Amino acid sequence: MTSSDNINLVLITINGVEHQVPEGELLIKAAQDNGTYIPRFCWHPRMNPVGMCRMCLVEIETPRGPMMITACTNTVNDGMTVDTENPAVKKAQEAILEFLLANHPLDCPVCDKGGECPLQDQAMAYGPGESRFVEIKRTFEKPIPISDLVLLDRERCVLCARCTRFSDEISGDPLIEFKERGNKTEINTFPDLPFSSYFSGNTVQICPVGALTAKPYRFRARPWDLRKIESSSMFDTAHPRIEIHASQNEILRYTGVDIDAINHGWLSDKDRFGFEYLRSEQRISQPLMRLNGELTEVSWAEALDVVATRLQLIKDEDGGEALAVVGGANGTNEDAYALSRLAREVLETPHVDARMDDALSSHFLAATVDRALISDLDEADTILVWGPDLKEEHPTLYLRVRRAAQELGKTLVVIHPRATGLDDRATHKLTYRPGGGFALAAEIANGDHTDVVGALSLDRVVALVGIASYGDGPRLAESVAAMTRDLAGSVKILPLNSRSNTFGALDMGLAPDLHPGRLAVEKPGRDTAEIMQGLGSGEIRGLVIAGADPLRDMPDPRKAVEGLETAEYVVAVDLFHNDSNAHADVILPAAGFAEKEGTITNVEGRVQKVNQIRPAPGSARPDWSILDDLAAHMDLPLGLASAETIAKEIAESVPLYGGVTHDHLEWEARDGVVVPMEGSQPFDYVPVVLDGPQAPGAQLTLHRARTMYDDGVRLRHCHHLHRLGPGPMAHINPSDAPGLGVKAGARVRVTTSQGEGEFVAVLDEGTPPGVVYVPVNQIDGSTLGTDPVVRVRTVDPGGEP
Amino acid sequence: MTTPLLVTKRMTEYPTDSHTIDRYEATGGYAEARRSFSLTRDEIVEEVKASGLLGRGGAAFSAGLKWSFLAPARPSYLVINADESEPGTFKDRQLLERDPHQMLEGLIITAVANEVHHAFIYVRGEYAKPARRVQQAVEEAYAKGYLGQGIFDSEYDLEVIVHLGGGAYICGEETALINSLEGLRGEPRLKPPYFPAAKGLYMMPTIVNNVETVSNLSHILSMGADGYTGLTDSTDTGTFMMSLSGHVNKPGNYELPHGITWRDLIYDIGGGIRDGKELKTWIPGGASAPWFIPEEHIDLEITKDATASAGSMLGSGAVIVMDEDTCMVRAAERIVRFFSHESCGQCTPCREGTTWMEMILRRIENGEGRAVDLDLLVDVSDGISIDLAWPPKMTTICPLGPSAVSPIIALRDYFRDEVQEHVMRGGCWFPGAVKPGEAGRPMASVSGESQAGIPEGDRIEGSP
Repeated sequence: MTSSDNINLVLITINGVEHQVPEGELLIKAAQDNGTYIPRFCWHPRMNPVGMCRMCLVEIETPRGPMMITACTNTVNDGMTVDTENPAVKKAQEAILEFLLANHPLDCPVCDKGGECPLQDQAMAYGPGESRFVEIKRTFEKPIPISDLVLLDRERCVLCARCTRFSDEISGDPLIEFKERGNKTEINTFPDLPFSSYFSGNTVQICPVGALTAKPYRFRARPWDLRKIESSSMFDTAHPRIEIHASQNEILRYTGVDIDAINHGWLSDKDRFGFEYLRSEQRISQPLMRLNGELTEVSWAEALDVVATRLQLIKDEDGGEALAVVGGANGTNEDAYALSRLAREVLETPHVDARMDDALSSHFLAATVDRALISDLDEADTILVWGPDLKEEHPTLYLRVRRAAQELGKTLVVIHPRATGLDDRATHKLTYRPGGGFALAAEIANGDHTDVVGALSLDRVVALVGIASYGDGPRLAESVAAMTRDLAGSVKILPLNSRSNTFGALDMGLAPDLHPGRLAVEKPGRDTAEIMQGLGSGEIRGLVIAGADPLRDMPDPRKAVEGLETAEYVVAVDLFHNDSNAHADVILPAAGFAEKEGTITNVEGRVQKVNQIRPAPGSARPDWSILDDLAAHMDLPLGLASAETIAKEIAESVPLYGGVTHDHLEWEARDGVVVPMEGSQPFDYVPVVLDGPQAPGAQLTLHRARTMYDDGVRLRHCHHLHRLGPGPMAHINPSDAPGLGVKAGARVRVTTSQGEGEFVAVLDEGTPPGVVYVPVNQIDGSTLGTDPVVRVRTVDPGGEP
Repeated sequence: MTTPLLVTKRMTEYPTDSHTIDRYEATGGYAEARRSFSLTRDEIVEEVKASGLLGRGGAAFSAGLKWSFLAPARPSYLVINADESEPGTFKDRQLLERDPHQMLEGLIITAVANEVHHAFIYVRGEYAKPARRVQQAVEEAYAKGYLGQGIFDSEYDLEVIVHLGGGAYICGEETALINSLEGLRGEPRLKPPYFPAAKGLYMMPTIVNNVETVSNLSHILSMGADGYTGLTDSTDTGTFMMSLSGHVNKPGNYELPHGITWRDLIYDIGGGIRDGKELKTWIPGGASAPWFIPEEHIDLEITKDATASAGSMLGSGAVIVMDEDTCMVRAAERIVRFFSHESCGQCTPCREGTTWMEMILRRIENGEGRAVDLDLLVDVSDGISIDLAWPPKMTTICPLGPSAVSPIIALRDYFRDEVQEHVMRGGCWFPGAVKPGEAGRPMASVSGESQAGIPEGDRIEGSP
């Protein structure tokens, strides 16, 4: 906690017992922290109080006698005397519950919320027991879909404003509101505007009744039948804490767990509903080997025998340098550690990389010594976001930055080539042409853009830096960090990366220039792009891909296509068939999330434990176990026995991870452990103004960036999420449309020097004139590469007249 | 009855053009606004405090004291609450329509006294004609340099915006009014922390004053606090407007001296009960106020304190008189229905409770009442307004819900037998009762009333 030293304590009396509580705290919170639960529906600790449900009425002593107040809207003051359970309070509580239940439908037996319903629970604990309401209950059409994921039953709603406040105060897309008034009041969406929020699922979780239900969970379980285990989501790089709920080995839902350090209980819909892929029929469940050109199921013994023999042969003939390993950023640290040891000790190759040619340099990612914690956002004077649109790629960080700006009043600077989800809360916003990032950084370093310079010159600056647009290249973020260091009093940097456990993978040594523990490799190997090149040229003959799809993920996939097509021998470890392992000679089935335990390291360096709740399909196994067996088949056993023993080995051999054992995370540090930066190597000096790509003088420049919903292999197998991506779209500014002869909805062909593709044109004020924005990795995805010079031609005018 | 008229003097003497700026200035108007620039802010506030002027919007709180609570942060705002919508209240309408400059002069004095440079007049949405008159008056004042930049040749700027309400009674509650002005839903804010004097419009210190309140200010400055308090011997100072309606022979707006009794008002000024009927009950201060009955209250003085100690209030000055032919269940249902319809829906007790009360009353009126229903009504009311006490001990954010309980207090205390007789007889026997088996719910006969006798310009638009 921050200013905990400065908190004044005041003395209050609750039900005759005196308590010291922090001055200015809401009474409902102060009471709860001291063991007195005051019933409530509308109050939520993470949102501003509204005092609407009136369930938390308590009686306080005043000079004019006892007075009934709501505990959620009044703060404590010294000498306050509160009664939460006297007959007058009990009578008021009974009255409120009778009012709430008067028009509440008797749906409990078929309601998702039944069994975990605050209305049920509090009616039992504080209610009158029976209703005297003999009139006809209020009815609404039920349920009505308000988005692709959420259904609304207005009859069950108690109008607590939790969902409306969440979408207004927390997620910043107030698409759900009150309509009408009095007893006709209802929650609803605006006409023609669905509740298409990336965070809609949170409203289902915080709804105190069954008014909001989630399509993926609806009618699938009764709460008392669920097995539950805590874990952390592995879509979002912040690794928001979740609870996994399963029944009969099938995962039915995730709920957000409120931990102060990361997600405050909130989850993006991708993190919340992105579990359906695990039960997909398309999972690879047996080892597959290419026999006569066809992938055929074989036994583990046969598969590992052949793989070991082939890899050994290449190693014997051309040395370890002829082998390479890519991937490992989507698994656990234990998997990454096993992969790292396999590469360096068994295959004896320096060519190993978890990044897909779309990331910041491994040194910058792993070894930025003044790394910011997520909680530093709350203490900053200024927050700089120059990188991806956080709302699309880093939802937890998006919510935390939004909170810092909106609720805590922090100065926020957003720099991005087009509109982002934080613009409405940004104190200063700059846009620039893709490829023009270095020029803009130089301008700021030279004192132009005085507003931004002023904001960045404050005492405590937290800079979130990453790749805003492929056209800028990977080193812009380093230049931005250096520029911010020069301007600010003190600065903390949070380097951003797009794959979930990239930081863990780098810490485990899955980079050509890093050993486990961020120790420099004397003679660095090849990165993923260079590995693909080596495969194409024949210098590298064999490749191990672990949980990666370079063909889809590399910004310029042409590099991967040639490499994978000409590779002599490719082994893939994965859950699904994908574009890359279509070129594999052997595919080994891996256990997925929640099918294995282990540790993961998030974007700020926080290690948390993920847990197993269901078995892997068929004979699929955790990566580390597969790799351990493979090593044994190559007569260089790694001696890995379990995720837990691997974690112990990591704790012993990687000083940074000292003490971070499963036991410690399970029992002592459930919010995780931040890996210290001491011992990591000092960061390279980077000049403030780097030479990098310049914005082309062309009429149109291409902006490519990721969206939350993409055509990645996991989402493709999530029934409820896979249709939510924007699809093949090309956004242009309406003012560019006439010049290009493009109408909204037209099919257009977008061409760069590196590729082309067909898209539906979207006219979009958020995309500046002269820019074409094409989301990365969509269905019918394109191969446009990184060259920002682009041409747009209408193929089929179609669209709106 | 010898007290001189103040706020209605001009419109009484010059019925045809009292609303014009020429007539206003010809009768001494704007002299006090002009003079206020020669006074300090404190002098104005102290004068108003000393005058004993009470807010005329319903709460009857000292106007000068309310001003002195204004927090020091700037900018500060002034909002004139012209959202007069309490059933039975129509005094502000006349003041707005007939003497808008008097209200504007009060607005200017209030602004100067409180360092306000931006004022709003929030006029009830249905008040089309008064709003037009106010808009016209504002434009005339701008043209004369009484509003705008450097008013009255001073350095003082004062901008005034006339805003038409969206049609909700609750927007007369000052924090709901502020929300509405900001473009939000008309819902009362939490108090604490959103007291307008500290965190009002756009979270800045804000004064909200009623039309009649500010219409008094030019008179107070002109005659001095002594002159104003000297108008009557009563505990309440000055004059007050009463909107007298219902079953009296001479309904209408009356400006009256404090100190008269209800008997004076109903039988002398109001000309007694129509058709020689007996007085059954009356509402002394608008639909929110608990009812009075002749047996106990007819000789009470009409003052804030006397009314309060008898368990009711003068509120917004609306007196609704009911004669012996009036069904108390139907009357109560009509008033509860009003509040249930106007509930903003925020608070559970108000939203659910008022509707439930309305349903029970309708059942009793329609012959489906049960012996337990009156006690149930009282108990439901208790959930909104604890012990049905006066002033109410609210379980809600604002007093709208507890206001709906006022008729139930009357049914419990004065008309229990009439309610039980409805139950025993299987319905209502008063004139206009719904016959068993007939569809529909009881309606007061107001909406279809002819306006034939009302001068053309004064008719309510859109009505027959």
